[in-house]
Amino acid sequence: MAMAALRREGRRFAPLLSPRPIAAAAPRSSPSFLSPEEDVPFGARSISTQVVRNRMKSVKNIQKITKAMKMVAASKLRAIQTRAENSRGLWQPFIALLGDTPSIDVKKNVIVTVSSDKGLCGGINSTSVRLSKGLLKLNSGPDKEPKYVVVGEKAKVQLIRDSRKHIHLTISELTKIPLNYTQVSVLADDIIKNVEFDALKIVFNKFHSVVSFIPTVSTVLSPEVVEREVESGSGKLGELDSYEIEGGSTRGETLQNLAEFQFSCVMFNAVLENACSEMGARMSAMDSSSRNAGEVLDRLTLTYNRTRQAAITTELTEIISGASALEG
Amino acid sequence: MFRHAAKNLLRHRPVPTTSAAGAAAARAPSRTFSADAPAVQTADAGFVEAWKKVVPNIDPPKTPLSFMEPRPATPASIPSKLTVNFVLPYASELSKKEVDMVIVPATTGELGVLPGHVATIAELKPGVMSVHDGNEVTKYFVSSGFAFVHANSFADIIAVEAIPLDRIDASLVQKGLAEFTQKVNSASTDLEKAEAQIGVDVHSALNLALTG
Repeated sequence: MAMAALRREGRRFAPLLSPRPIAAAAPRSSPSFLSPEEDVPFGARSISTQVVRNRMKSVKNIQKITKAMKMVAASKLRAIQTRAENSRGLWQPFIALLGDTPSIDVKKNVIVTVSSDKGLCGGINSTSVRLSKGLLKLNSGPDKEPKYVVVGEKAKVQLIRDSRKHIHLTISELTKIPLNYTQVSVLADDIIKNVEFDALKIVFNKFHSVVSFIPTVSTVLSPEVVEREVESGSGKLGELDSYEIEGGSTRGETLQNLAEFQFSCVMFNAVLENACSEMGARMSAMDSSSRNAGEVLDRLTLTYNRTRQAAITTELTEIISGASALEG
Repeated sequence: MFRHAAKNLLRHRPVPTTSAAGAAAARAPSRTFSADAPAVQTADAGFVEAWKKVVPNIDPPKTPLSFMEPRPATPASIPSKLTVNFVLPYASELSKKEVDMVIVPATTGELGVLPGHVATIAELKPGVMSVHDGNEVTKYFVSSGFAFVHANSFADIIAVEAIPLDRIDASLVQKGLAEFTQKVNSASTDLEKAEAQIGVDVHSALNLALTG
């Protein structure tokens, strides 16, 4: 029965726990399936449980670590979730005013991929990367120059593999200190100054619940494109013509300020939402891995105890049979 | 215990789709399931179609429009109240609040907004924004931002920072004003001068708001 359990454990323990002592005592009639160096030393009676014990210890440690990571993520999530939810009002006025134009056809599309700096958080980074690649494909053409601006270490690592030539700017270690608006607006300013764009597409994961996030794309248009669209009078942007503009010396200047402000606001919400999704995803990933570690530990404990018991039984049998041989 | 944490979180925190709905959802004890989410607005159909053509194996991403409550169309007659959304990066100060009038500090001067105001985009300067609702007047000091007035008597005000006027310390304002005035005089570079000038502008606006 113990052997059956071991076989279930997989081949990992096979060399250690095989019934070699008996096979070694018997004449080698059939070729062994084990290579000689994996052989248990001749004469070894009991099966060593050292390896199983070590493995159990390491699994236990892994479980401790993942549990701790989960709790850290849970406490961080609570702090950031309120902030993300409070920042959700920030982009809405811009959508109400300028409308949402993800399918706008412009020359210089800049895809801002928001990702995390650390891993172990499920699939949120690869989702962002896949969507960014999709957007790039969607917006590439003979006379178009799509580019990436990558925020966060993880998306950078993934994108640099096959789209190095499209990456224009990378920013990392954004979430080291708690995010605030000033920091994000400096970041937005940096992007606007260093990258020429007609439309910015911000790819991020919107927080939906601890176990789910919604991949989202926000679009911010440059003032020139807004002007062009207003003049052509198409769609939602056409209505902008009816608005009176107060402030700034010219209409262009106001639109410029508006676009920059919009980008910083959208960016602020995007990084908060993404950080929140990251924490949620990490929490659920760590939860499932500590559960998995628990299962592995249970199986290993069972194996270990069975092996131990088998060894004791063998020894007992030997003693008893030895004693009875002396008696008889 | 922690195994159930995710489930509990889900149960107690129905996730809002918009901040306005969030306030309502937080109060309502009902549970939200993805199935009974508010009717999703049709996102940009052209975008979804183009996406499916180019990237057929990945679902198209959502766009912000699908998370927003639709705004009503411009009514034929002027409504009696103005609907105000006043948002800050860290809070939605007013969300769809119906008021009589708001006065915002536009760069071109104070701008009073009543229901039926002509559609306007106004840049804000540091100054006092007041919200009039009946006899009740709430005053905020806003640092900067934008105000959009829509034709359907909706007003959206976005500010980077806003503080109720009664929480400002007058003595600190005086101190700051003196400090920045001194900095303007001692500034050597243009950048320093501009920074100090902003400080002076903000503090004198604060001072004016408190005394005037």
